[in-house]
Amino acid sequence: MKENRRFKIFEIFKITKKDAFSFKHEKKKIMSKKNSKSKFHIVFYAIVITLVLLIPFSMSHSTESSENKKKKEEKEEVVHHGENSNCFKCHGKHKYTMLSSDSSQSITRLMPSEYFIDTVAYYKGTHKSFKCSDCHSEEYATTPHNGDLRFEPIPSCIDCHGGDPEYEKYRFEQIEEQVQKSVHIKGCSDQFSCWRCHDAHSYKSTARENLNIKELIAYDNGMCLKCHASSVDYMLFSENETPNLIKKHDWLPNQANHFKNVRCIECHTPIVDSMLVGHNIMPKEKAVKGCVECHSSDSRLMHTLYKFQAKERRNEQGFFNGAILSGDSYVIGANRNYFLNVASIAIFALVVIGILIHGILRIILKKKNNVN
Amino acid sequence: MSTKLYLYPGWLRIWHFINAILCLALIITGLNMQYSDPNTAFISFATAVKVHNISGTIFVFNYVLFFIGNIVTVNGKFYWREWKGFFQQMMAQAKYYLFGTFKGEHTPFPVNENRKFNPLQKIAYVAIMYFFLPLVLLSGVAMMYPEIIIPELSGMSGMWLTNLAHIISGFIISIFLLVHLYFCTFGTTATSNFKSMVTGYHE
Repeated sequence: MKENRRFKIFEIFKITKKDAFSFKHEKKKIMSKKNSKSKFHIVFYAIVITLVLLIPFSMSHSTESSENKKKKEEKEEVVHHGENSNCFKCHGKHKYTMLSSDSSQSITRLMPSEYFIDTVAYYKGTHKSFKCSDCHSEEYATTPHNGDLRFEPIPSCIDCHGGDPEYEKYRFEQIEEQVQKSVHIKGCSDQFSCWRCHDAHSYKSTARENLNIKELIAYDNGMCLKCHASSVDYMLFSENETPNLIKKHDWLPNQANHFKNVRCIECHTPIVDSMLVGHNIMPKEKAVKGCVECHSSDSRLMHTLYKFQAKERRNEQGFFNGAILSGDSYVIGANRNYFLNVASIAIFALVVIGILIHGILRIILKKKNNVN
Repeated sequence: MSTKLYLYPGWLRIWHFINAILCLALIITGLNMQYSDPNTAFISFATAVKVHNISGTIFVFNYVLFFIGNIVTVNGKFYWREWKGFFQQMMAQAKYYLFGTFKGEHTPFPVNENRKFNPLQKIAYVAIMYFFLPLVLLSGVAMMYPEIIIPELSGMSGMWLTNLAHIISGFIISIFLLVHLYFCTFGTTATSNFKSMVTGYHE
């Protein structure tokens, strides 16, 4: 009966037993597909759930690691702070107190600015993990300091960083070479060292770390002005009076704007392609005293002040020397817009062609009209 | 057409002459600065800046002369227009320039003592004299004294916007100069309008 009934059903749908078999087979296939789909879903949800579960864990892990890092850093600072705090007790303040040998009397004096260390800046600087005694003699531990210690040579940049592949990108060898050629070494000889411009105690790689051009300009020009705008500091190197920078640069139009928007070294050092900042400060006769060096499509500023930014993003279609615009500056002749250039030339050409065609037609047709 | 109409008074001709010379100087030096190139400098950048600044300053005073002159004398009224039907009048003038002039037709709005400019001239002169010239002058003065420029306007550098306004308006004025010179040949003869600007009499 059952067979018959099934047969009937087959008949109704006009399918044979063979078809029925293949039908079953298809059904199985579909079912297995469905199964695999549902399996896929299960796997998918499983992954999502595990991820969801893992996220807080990983976050807690990462926060833990960053906390660890912080703690480690703090620990590092604390360790060095401990070792350096003896020095900073006097050198970290603008005044210091000395006791007489029998400790019965004390005297308080101002700390000369040359020997004052800004401790906040120190622990933010590149050399923050250093102990004072890494560079200075350990004999400084005794107070009052032995006067002869002043004659002890202090390492310069190249002494620590020279020949080290880790610091290769900073080109310390080339910097040293250029400094030796510069007017500072020639003019000030022994008195001059890296530390006259760069304070090792607060040094930061501003040109690479700071993308804010205005801050970079102020920082870099500050280095020059430390001596060149101070009659006291300048005296250390020269018998002459400090040249009046404003008067010396009175040929420069919009002087204040130039001083705010470019660095001294833009004009006073030659460009060296392999270096971010040129260190060969030239005598004033050799400084750039032109306009087009910067005010042109191939602006010098792109090779000096905006070198880092220029490398980061180059765009030819859009603004020429676009990096200059990021600093809210506008350099006449250097900032050109590709599309405005094309559009202006096209409009100009169309107007000229239009006038020519109109004019020629007028002349020809006027002659014709006259003949008629 | 031998009737002569005294249309360009002395002050206007002097103003126009100074204006023309300064415009040329400003366009040439301006282009020289905008497309400065150390290798192919037409005029040195420093000279261009100097000439541009001096010419620009005189230009400002000259514009003030024009502005006051147009208020004090009757010359200002030539720039007024009736908006009613003005578009149709402009179209009629455009039609004349595009077709009529080739057929030997006469201009639909001939010059008389009450009408110095045709509708197209009116709109162009008003745009140039009362919009683009003030814009180029104000932005130019701002660039001479950059400390007065607002440092930032809705996220854009004020300096950059001022320069852009200066360059674009300067370019439009240069294009106007070209077209202006060409349309000056539409006198009784090709040179009569140029002569008028010297003698003051419109032929």
